[in-house]
Amino acid sequence: MDTLILGLPVAYYIAMVAKVLVAFVFVLLTVAYATYAERKIIGHMQVRLGPMRTGWHGLLQPIADGVKLFFKEEIIPSQASKFAFLIAPLVALIPAFISFAVIPFGDSITIGGYTVPLQIAAYYDQAGKQVFDINVGVLYILAMASLGVYGIVLAGWASNSKYSLLGGLRSAAQMISYELAAGLAIISVFMLSESLSLHKIVADQAGGAWYAFKQPLAFVIFFICSLAEINRTPFDLPEAETELVSGFCTEYSSMKYAMFFMAEYANMITVCAVTTTLFLGGWHGPAFLPGWFWFIAKVYFLIFLCMWIRATYPRYRYDQLMRLGWKVFLPLTLVNVMATGLWVMFISK
Amino acid sequence: MIMPLIKGLQITISHMFKKPVTLQYPTERPDVKPGFRGLHALNVSHDKAKCVACYLCPTVCPAKCITVEAGEDQNHDKYAAKYEIDMLRCIFCGYCVEACPVDAIRMTEQFELANYSRADFTYTKDRLLEKK
Repeated sequence: MDTLILGLPVAYYIAMVAKVLVAFVFVLLTVAYATYAERKIIGHMQVRLGPMRTGWHGLLQPIADGVKLFFKEEIIPSQASKFAFLIAPLVALIPAFISFAVIPFGDSITIGGYTVPLQIAAYYDQAGKQVFDINVGVLYILAMASLGVYGIVLAGWASNSKYSLLGGLRSAAQMISYELAAGLAIISVFMLSESLSLHKIVADQAGGAWYAFKQPLAFVIFFICSLAEINRTPFDLPEAETELVSGFCTEYSSMKYAMFFMAEYANMITVCAVTTTLFLGGWHGPAFLPGWFWFIAKVYFLIFLCMWIRATYPRYRYDQLMRLGWKVFLPLTLVNVMATGLWVMFISK
Repeated sequence: MIMPLIKGLQITISHMFKKPVTLQYPTERPDVKPGFRGLHALNVSHDKAKCVACYLCPTVCPAKCITVEAGEDQNHDKYAAKYEIDMLRCIFCGYCVEACPVDAIRMTEQFELANYSRADFTYTKDRLLEKK
């Protein structure tokens, strides 16, 4: 009989710590090499090479960048609100990472007689029966995603600079406009799967078509809205280096600046993981390779798509961004929700 | 509205498979085209500079970066006792080369002209003679 701590066996805690570490390292490594991949991919799309000097084809560039950023001078503006200024990068970074707690990376693996689900916030007992799974996973992710903007607004306000403040406020306005449409796009997925649990949503897509095919409009709108919500190009208005001199992070330097970048890339990974889970069948794929492989492959494909979009489209103007969010995506998603509702009520039942 | 967006994506992805035009500069040298106007050099004839100190180049120079002082040699011929070009002012227009009646100055293909001190940007006669 296992020793129980707070009603759960020790193995549960070991598995939990291991899963957290693996997920954390996965996100960190992906963040580091996403910056490299982005420079390479956009480089080639612009018929140039990208980083080539550090290591073979510039492979050690992320490490060199990290070392460089560590040794850069740290500047805090004299009139800045110091505490808020220091805490803002953390506030931006942490929500990006903790969203991964509910994302199912794969089905489950068996280690030493224990079945360990490849989702941090899930636990199976020794019989392989699911004891708990966070059943409002999507709501949790939406909540965490909307927390990230606090970091940006806080950074903008605490810097005591007009550019930063404008960048921060733009981010807040952008966030609200796009979160509504993104949320409504997901609702049609809930209606089809009748659950908020990411585990159930993935399971529902196993046999039949992925939700990307059943809900193509919701899929496209959700992905575009997610790009806008995480301030990726072409919606990178809070930074807008041409008009706002880097916006909310104008006054940031050294590692604090790097943390905003880490947050941006971690957010991109989160968004791609969520899109994979909700619309692309999660970890399901042809059986000859493990589930986690398919999951990571799909996530990386979406990350590539983000970079491809960045290399292609120019930045939106602010009024265009607002119009797209409120006047195009919001009505479209509302219509989609209604149509899905009618379909679920009258046709599928 | 949708089609142009897709076409844009098509164009960028097609560029991914083209050969990059990047030059790996310090290891690969650029192929300097004929007529390139780089650093000046003084031409030499019979082991001395061809310049006869006629002052046409400083006169024609729009940036006023050339300083010439005439001297007289044993044969009572005029020669440039001092010939200096201030590279911080030079705009590489090549008028000095055009103006020279004796073909004493030309422009080389050398384009790496960075230096650490202001004094190093003043190219004296000796330095200009050394250039190939």
